[in-house]
Amino acid sequence: MQRHLSRTILLLLLAPPPAALAAGTAAPPVAQACLGCHGPAGGGAGAVPAIAGRDAGELRALLHAFRSGERPATIMDRIMRGYDEAELGIMAEHFAGAR
Amino acid sequence: MPRRTALRLPALLLAAPALGRAQGQARLLVVGGGFGGASAARFARTLAPEVAVTLVEPQPRFITCPYGNLVLGGLREMPAITHGYEGLVARGVRVVQDRAVGIDPVARRVRLGGGETLAYDRMILSPGIALRWNAIEGYDEAAAAAMPHAWIAGDGAQLRLLRRQLQAMPDGGVVALAIPPNPYRCPPGPYERISMIAHYLKRHKPRAKILALDAKERFSKQPLFQDAWRALYGAMVEWVPANVDGRVMRVEPRAGVLETELGTRHRADVANVIPPQSAAAIAIEAGLADATGWVPVDYRSFEAKAAPGIHVIGDANQAGAMPKSGFLANSTAKQAVASAVAALRGAPPPEPVYFNTCYSHAGEGYGISVVNIFRPNADGSAVAEVPASGGTSPRGDLPEQRRLEALYADGWYESITADMFS
Repeated sequence: MQRHLSRTILLLLLAPPPAALAAGTAAPPVAQACLGCHGPAGGGAGAVPAIAGRDAGELRALLHAFRSGERPATIMDRIMRGYDEAELGIMAEHFAGAR
Repeated sequence: MPRRTALRLPALLLAAPALGRAQGQARLLVVGGGFGGASAARFARTLAPEVAVTLVEPQPRFITCPYGNLVLGGLREMPAITHGYEGLVARGVRVVQDRAVGIDPVARRVRLGGGETLAYDRMILSPGIALRWNAIEGYDEAAAAAMPHAWIAGDGAQLRLLRRQLQAMPDGGVVALAIPPNPYRCPPGPYERISMIAHYLKRHKPRAKILALDAKERFSKQPLFQDAWRALYGAMVEWVPANVDGRVMRVEPRAGVLETELGTRHRADVANVIPPQSAAAIAIEAGLADATGWVPVDYRSFEAKAAPGIHVIGDANQAGAMPKSGFLANSTAKQAVASAVAALRGAPPPEPVYFNTCYSHAGEGYGISVVNIFRPNADGSAVAEVPASGGTSPRGDLPEQRRLEALYADGWYESITADMFS
């Protein structure tokens, strides 16, 4: 119900008067990095897994585990060490809400 | 009638705040439709639907340099690395197939080869590189018809020529590469090319040799490449660094000769000459480049130091610590667009962070990578890697790591080209 309601609001927001300054639909700057491998909407590509629509808490824990090295990785450990905890949170929140 | 008045007063209109002008829409002009430009155009449409985006690119379709080496290796065909601009058109980008031939940074106008002049409020300039003809004596545009560079994709003719030459050479023949000093487009590219040529030769001409003549003494992902060459191709690849007389100074295209610093003459059946490079001519002619041949920029917004309002991204800028890679062109394109849009909106630009992952195929199903995360300093005068982040793939006998990275490279290619063209 709540989801339906928010979708209606979203649709209303997507149809502003032409003169209005639209906000755009781009992912936050720090999450843009992810799109180059995980796809423009985070939907994955071939062997690169989808990250869109996963639980925010689960995503954040995963990114944190890559960053600390407690979860073995092919490449994500090297990537995550470039970002701070707050940025991990922004990425997780964004992709949890992305479809 | 008011329209005619407006046409007579262009200077007045250009001086007006971008969003307040009579025509209504602020104009973002993107010059160059490659990794930087296409990424910029697409991102601008998702970030700022109120901005009119025009993309100027002479080629009707874009052939990526990344994965071009896989065409040489026989692992991909040309259509798989060729991309159209229909997706950008569908997103509302005006795509103009023409060549930008002159920039007036003061009047904020660009002249096109076809005669049209485009006015802009902000420009994203992503023109790529120029080859420095005759930096290697005898290597000019005509020589490239005999000794292909295949380092600017253009219409694909150079890559096709190099592939044909490899297919036509005899087993037991020699493929020579001339590799330039830093900085140049795609630091690991020549070494991936060596790998993919070796992959092709191993299958079709197993007695052939690759002689890689390098103007450097070290290169990107060097231990990983050299481990792979030994493991996959045995003694086929010989890499000759500058301190062992690897620097090519002169070529004789007809005779197939490459001459190095100490006068050693190497005769090759196929010669792939990757010459020294600079920013593309348009950036130099507009006075944006300095004596190095590259364009100094503010690393927060990528505005050219010589011309605020023109954001120079991709291989043409003086990238500091950042390699000239497709992924960084994509990443910095977004910051450049966000900065341009922020300026048009009168808002502060976002916090910059730049991301790079370069995968290379050292063999079939054998991928290696380097990851970098960069941040500029407070005044945008320098950019540095985040300490203890990124780095190359681990060394050692790690077949699963190599297999996965080759697959992830394919995923990267699919994703980043979608982030440019879809």
